[in-house]
Amino acid sequence: MSRTLGPFAAVLRRDLLLAWRGRADVLVTLAFFVVVVCLFPFGVGAETNQLRSIAPGVLWVAALLATLLSLHRLFAQDHADGTLEQLLLSPEPTVLWVVAKIVAHWIATGMPLVLVAPALALLFDVEQGALGVLVLSLALGTPILALLGAVGAALTLGLRGGGMLLALLVLPLFVPVLIFGAGAVDSHLSGTGADAHILLLGGGLLGALALAPVACAAALRIAVE
Amino acid sequence: MMKEMKRPERGKSLFRFAAPQLFYPLAGALAPWFAGAAAVLTIIGLWLAFFVAPTDAQQGEVYRVIFIHVPAAWMSMFVYLIMAFWSAVGLVMNTRLSFMMARALAPTGAMFCVVALVTGALWGKPTWGAYWVWDARLTSQLLLLFLYFGFMALTEAIEDPRRADKAGAIIALVGAVNVPIIYFSVKWWNTLHQGASVSLTKAPSMAATMLAGMLVMALASWAYTIAVTLWRVRPLILERERHAEWVAAELDALEGRI
Amino acid sequence: MQWESWSAFWQMGGAAPFVWGSYGITALLVAGELIMVMHRRKDALRRLLRLRRARAGGGSGRRAFEEIVE
Repeated sequence: MSRTLGPFAAVLRRDLLLAWRGRADVLVTLAFFVVVVCLFPFGVGAETNQLRSIAPGVLWVAALLATLLSLHRLFAQDHADGTLEQLLLSPEPTVLWVVAKIVAHWIATGMPLVLVAPALALLFDVEQGALGVLVLSLALGTPILALLGAVGAALTLGLRGGGMLLALLVLPLFVPVLIFGAGAVDSHLSGTGADAHILLLGGGLLGALALAPVACAAALRIAVE
Repeated sequence: MMKEMKRPERGKSLFRFAAPQLFYPLAGALAPWFAGAAAVLTIIGLWLAFFVAPTDAQQGEVYRVIFIHVPAAWMSMFVYLIMAFWSAVGLVMNTRLSFMMARALAPTGAMFCVVALVTGALWGKPTWGAYWVWDARLTSQLLLLFLYFGFMALTEAIEDPRRADKAGAIIALVGAVNVPIIYFSVKWWNTLHQGASVSLTKAPSMAATMLAGMLVMALASWAYTIAVTLWRVRPLILERERHAEWVAAELDALEGRI
Repeated sequence: MQWESWSAFWQMGGAAPFVWGSYGITALLVAGELIMVMHRRKDALRRLLRLRRARAGGGSGRRAFEEIVE
C-alpha cells in the first residue's frame, strides 16, 4: 500500500467497522427513507397517474432528507471522544482522511438508499426502464449531498441546536442536486433522455469532490481549534 | 533596517485602515455622507420613476415597481459577493475587520432580498395573475435569502467570536461558489417545467428614462448599503476591541451621553 | 409630466395597491433596519459602559458581575 493511501484506507476501514457495529443507526436512516416515501400516497391520494408523475421528486426529496438526518453522525462521535483532535494533530493530510470519512459515511448511509430506491419506485408504479436512471442519478447525487453536507456538519460541530442549523445551511445548497437528480428520471420518462442530467450530476460530483473536502477540512480545524 | 523601510510605507498606505482603531473613526465620518447621498439619490430616483418615466405600453403603471425591485435584486446579489470577498480576505490575511465587515453586511443583503421578493410578488399578481410563480429569478432570490439566513444563524449560534468569524467566512464562500450553480440549475429546471415567462427586467421597449431611474435607484441602494454597514460595524468593532486602550478613550467620550 | 391630476397619480392606473404596497413595504423595511441598527448600537454601547464601570469598581463581587454581563 502506498504511503498516501495508507491513512486513507485506515480511516475508511475504521469508519466502516464502526458503522457496522452501530448498524442500528444506519438502519434507522434507511427506515426513515422508506417511511417518508410511503407517506406521500396518503397525502396526495393513491391515483396511479399522479403517483407515477411525482415518484422521482418524492424519492429524491426523501433521499435528501434521510441524508440530512444522518449528517450529524459524520463527525459528532469523533469530536466527542477526541479522535478528531488526534487526527487533526497527526501529520497526515487532513483532506485525505476527511474524504475517507465521507466515503465511509456514504457507503454506510447513502448506498443503502440507492439500493432500496428501485423497490420503492415500484410502489409508485414507475416504468421499469426508468429504474436504472433512478439508481444512477441517486448513485451520483447522494455522494454530492454527503460532500456538501460534510462541510455543514463540520461548521456546526458541537453547537447547540446544531441539527436545525445544519439543515438551514445545507438545504439551499442541495437544490441543484435535487433538480438534476429528479430531473434525470423525469426527462427519461418524458422521452427527452437523461444524458444531460446525468453528465451534469457527474460533473457536480467531481466538482464537489475537489472543493468540499478542502472546505470541510478548514471548517474542522476552526471547530476544534 | 527592514523596520525602518517598512514604517513610512505603512503610514501612507490605505491598508492602514485595516486597523480597527483607524477604521472606527473613518467609518463614523463617512457614514453620514453616504446616508446623505442615498437620500438625495432616492429623491432623484423617485422623481424619475414617477414623474419622468413614461407609462409602459404593455404593463401600464404596475411596471413602476421595477424601480425598487431590480436595484434590490441586484443589491442582494452584490452584497453576497462583497460578503464572500471580505470573508476570503479575512481567511487569507487573517484581518479581524474583514470578518466584521462580512457580518455587518449580511442583514442588509437579507433585507434587500426580502424587498426583491415582496415587490416581485406584488408585481406578479397583476402581471402573471399570481403572487408567486416558480420563476427562475424569484426562486433563486428565495434561495439566496436562505443562504443569508444560514450565514446569520451560524455566526449568531457560535459564541466564540473567532470561530464564528471563520465559520461564517467558510459558509459565505461555499454559498458564493453555489450561487451561480443554483441560479443556472433553477433556470434550467424552470425552462423544462414551464414556458418562458414574462421577465421583469427584460421589458422589450425600455425607455432611456426608465433605465436612468433604475440606475439612480441602484446608486441610492449602494450608498444606503455602505452607510448602514458602516453604522453596523462600528459597535461591532468596539465590542470586539473592548480591551484596547483606544476603546477606553472612545468610551470616556461617550460616558454620560448614552 | 406624466399625470393629469394628483388623484390619477395616486390611482396608478388601477395598480395602486401593488405599486404603493411595494414602495410602502420597502420604506417600512428600510426604516425598520435603520431603527434596528441604532438600537443595536445603543445596546452595545450601554453594555460596554456598564462593563467598564464594573471594572472600575473592582472587587471580587464586581468581577463575578462582569463575567455574567460579559
